[in-house]
Amino acid sequence: MRSNPSEYQLVAPASLQAVVSLLAAEPGAWLPIAGGTDLMVQYAAGKLPARKLVSIWNLSELRRIEVLPDEIRIGAGCTYTDLREHQTVQREFSLLARAAAWTGGVANQNRGTLGGNIVNASPAADSLPALLVYEADLILVSVRGERRLPYREFHTGYKKTKLAPDELIRTICIARKFSPYFAYTRKVGARNAQAISKVCIAALGRRGGDVVEDIRIALGSVAPVPIRLVETERLLLGQSMDSSLLAVVKKTAIAELRPIDDVRSTARYRSAVVGNLVTEFLEKLGSSEF
Amino acid sequence: MTEPLSMENRTTCEISFTVNGESKTIRAYPIERLLDVVRRQLGLTGAKEGCGEGECGSCSVLMNGVLVNSCLIPVLQANEANIVTIEGLAAGAQLDTLQNAFLQCGGAQCGICTPGMILAASHLLNNNPGPSLDEIREALSGNLCRCTGYIQIFEAVAEAARNRATT
Repeated sequence: MRSNPSEYQLVAPASLQAVVSLLAAEPGAWLPIAGGTDLMVQYAAGKLPARKLVSIWNLSELRRIEVLPDEIRIGAGCTYTDLREHQTVQREFSLLARAAAWTGGVANQNRGTLGGNIVNASPAADSLPALLVYEADLILVSVRGERRLPYREFHTGYKKTKLAPDELIRTICIARKFSPYFAYTRKVGARNAQAISKVCIAALGRRGGDVVEDIRIALGSVAPVPIRLVETERLLLGQSMDSSLLAVVKKTAIAELRPIDDVRSTARYRSAVVGNLVTEFLEKLGSSEF
Repeated sequence: MTEPLSMENRTTCEISFTVNGESKTIRAYPIERLLDVVRRQLGLTGAKEGCGEGECGSCSVLMNGVLVNSCLIPVLQANEANIVTIEGLAAGAQLDTLQNAFLQCGGAQCGICTPGMILAASHLLNNNPGPSLDEIREALSGNLCRCTGYIQIFEAVAEAARNRATT
């Protein structure tokens, strides 16, 4: 059943300050909408429960990418296209640039935002494993001020987050220390383009000789929230990479996973794919020049 | 704080934008889809509704020079924007190079996806005048065709790029 547009309010304040004032005036009543790639689908299907929406599309405060000496600060309203085209993102945060490039087609990349991907908290969101391995921080804003929160603490369950009713994600911060890392990412879906992931992996590793000095492996689409393979990482850290280690790692990764069955894939398939992806990552890390 | 563009009592709001080079002012509910406004109020039926959820690209338009799915744009966000639909590409009876190339190469069959394909291709060529086949495929990956398959469409875009380069 189609929605009736006369039942919805939508306002477009001219500044971030005005938006957070509105959110504070009636906490929980107003739903922010940026590029609409998620909410307008719900609206068209008659499944958008919110009746009061506040547009945050193209607010200049949210559409900036600042490159500081120690970290990059990405406005939550930056689109996938903004991320793909930004030189520092391409050079130093390739996992994010590549996730942006395979999220939807061009038209959706021109409208979908990183903040929207985070706050909608879909387990299948392709940019989220990258944020986990980069150990991104979020800056949340409200009339009460700003607070900084590690992204890994943000999702508390399926489509549940730590965002207060009067808060908005303002900025995504990532430390600029990943140039010496080998970066690996793959998306496995039903087709190459415009498909929602069955499994999405983002991983970073740094070697000193054969020894694993740092390792981070994150997965999307396999659990109610994006996850890090912490036990697998612990097993690898400080170890010398050889084929016997790889066999144990693959088993540990699969055991740690506890994947989901859903419309897009089965737990069994996801387990097999994750085992193979983790193996491929480690083989490539082993032969990389990093 | 600037006054929000819509009213408390959920009435319509005034939207002013440029559509295919002409200034237009219309009234609509702020969440109405740009697609519906363009088709019903402006009578521009080139943009089609395929899936209505941003998967098929048949409702593509250019908004401030950027390719978007008009089924996902609340019209309030198009206030003061510059919109180009398929109707805005030809200059009178003079077709755009892309339209001619689609005709020559057999890039259209039933025609439902064609406006979106051509606008997506237009967006590509405006940003990248000499695309590779992979770049053409990627640029059109959000536009689905169920008749011709994609080969003639890719050929049409490549042909248009060559024709633009020589004129």
